[in-house]
Amino acid sequence: MSTQKINKSAMQMQAEVISNKKAGPYNHIVFAVGEMAANSRPGNFVAISIDGEASSLILRRAFAIYRATDKGVMGGSIELVIAPYGQGSKWLCSRNVGDFVDLVGPLGTSFGIPTTNANTMLIGGGYGSAPLFALAEVLKNRGCRVDMVLGASTASKIYAPLEGKRSVSSLTLTTDDGSAGIHGQISEAIPRLIREFGTEVIYSCGPMGMLAAVAKIADEFDISHQCAVEEAMACGIGVCMTCVVPIKDPSGVKMVRICIDGPVMDGSQIIWDKKDVLDHL
Amino acid sequence: MSALDFSTKIGSKRFNNPIFTASGCASSGQELAQFFPLTELGAIVTKSIMTKPRTGRPTPRMAETPSGMLNSIGLQGPGIDAFLEKDIPWLVENKVKVIVSIAGETVDEYGVLARRLRAVAGISAVEVNISCPNVENRGQVFACHPDSAVAVIEAVRRNIGGELPIVAKLSPDVTDIVAIASSVVNAGVDGLALINTLLGMVIDTNTMKPKLAGKTGGLSGPAIRPVAVRAIYQVHQALPNIPIIGMGGVSNGRDALELVLAGASAVSIGTASFSNPTAALFIKNELSALLTGKGFNDFRDAIGFAHRGV
Repeated sequence: MSTQKINKSAMQMQAEVISNKKAGPYNHIVFAVGEMAANSRPGNFVAISIDGEASSLILRRAFAIYRATDKGVMGGSIELVIAPYGQGSKWLCSRNVGDFVDLVGPLGTSFGIPTTNANTMLIGGGYGSAPLFALAEVLKNRGCRVDMVLGASTASKIYAPLEGKRSVSSLTLTTDDGSAGIHGQISEAIPRLIREFGTEVIYSCGPMGMLAAVAKIADEFDISHQCAVEEAMACGIGVCMTCVVPIKDPSGVKMVRICIDGPVMDGSQIIWDKKDVLDHL
Repeated sequence: MSALDFSTKIGSKRFNNPIFTASGCASSGQELAQFFPLTELGAIVTKSIMTKPRTGRPTPRMAETPSGMLNSIGLQGPGIDAFLEKDIPWLVENKVKVIVSIAGETVDEYGVLARRLRAVAGISAVEVNISCPNVENRGQVFACHPDSAVAVIEAVRRNIGGELPIVAKLSPDVTDIVAIASSVVNAGVDGLALINTLLGMVIDTNTMKPKLAGKTGGLSGPAIRPVAVRAIYQVHQALPNIPIIGMGGVSNGRDALELVLAGASAVSIGTASFSNPTAALFIKNELSALLTGKGFNDFRDAIGFAHRGV
């Protein structure tokens, strides 16, 4: 099977929970994953099965990797930041240290890194900020300026751990209710910040509505925009065709799989308006 | 105890073991190849291919349900040209047994697809998907009516030539699946694939609207297994000499054995591969161990065993 290139870094394993701590409304969970950590890049995700073979929840849950460490005290590890929102994420957040979970990863595309130093802006919504901190570290080591903008509905939902901020040149917060940082939607603050920092590349991760708004701004400023997108996903490995996103194509619209051609994609290629998609189908 | 003969036959073709993938659940194979050698399986049944590239339905395309899921893909695919140029050569080069699944909007399209496949080397059978529930018009579900099902099979039979086995994939969403099965067998199919997904719907009680963009979707997973067992049992009872590729919520070796006892000559793994990329491989190993444990020396002795008198 030498010519097979899809999922080429992925492996399936029983991963031990080595830490599980509350971080505001989220859980920060660390898994021992051995060699898998060395192949994980910012933007990649893992897919975890929920509650064993007898579970009525048959589908894996996909989570963006917050951080991967290939040579820690426990060997390779990956860290996730999870909101205990649905049945599956609640189950995962209730795991104890020493428990094992069935984990497949790393999956999907990762953030592209500029070949020269550039002024970058990292935009995160809610716990969508999680994969951006590892990206910030890589960009800083590459000599890039890293301006981070994090938004959420309210202050407690902004995920910005202390150690994550070390690689960041500036951090701007926005909240819809004004409880922290700039009062308003994150997209309202972006244009001014782009001018102020001379941003050349935007990276974003968060809800699709926010990504669409950022894509529009990136287009207006004519700067490159890589975003990590999301859609209801069944398999995470490219076989089910459920997690597609519409992109521009000579034929009008092409559906590409987020788990294989994403989650990190070129924001300018995505057709954000669902009405535009329906017109083509 | 001698080693188990795990081989099975569909029409004139022999397969090393009876565990296949289900169409639409293994794409064209390459995605799963990272996790295990595809040659370990009896066959890969590729995602139903159409004459032209197809975008499929908008999102959301998926809703999880108790012990199952709804999908509403709408037969997205690259079309037969790209499929024959890119996907098939990779499978054949890697010595994977391939059953090609085809789908059309009209009877003629099935004929066109069959003609394209007749000259392709390395294919073991053709699955004629006449039961995809994710089409705009229920009238296009050919497997819902004996006459339209027969028209499709006759078009495929006329165009395919040679000895390539034809397998008709049927829907459980019919009043009498035995009547549909009998009509396509009379039209000359060599095997049946039972069952496709069941048409279902989920309404999101927050938005108070159907959760899927396509409104309805196909239900799969362990929730539908008893329906599959019933359909296979009924059809095998009526048509004991027609090989059945059974599928519907098989998650482990025990489930696979259940379908075999009902009358399946092979078992396809579908939704289980979504939750576990190596599902087909471990189900194969569990089924083999279960059969051996029950004293079977030949897999084929277990097919339809539940029908036999004491």
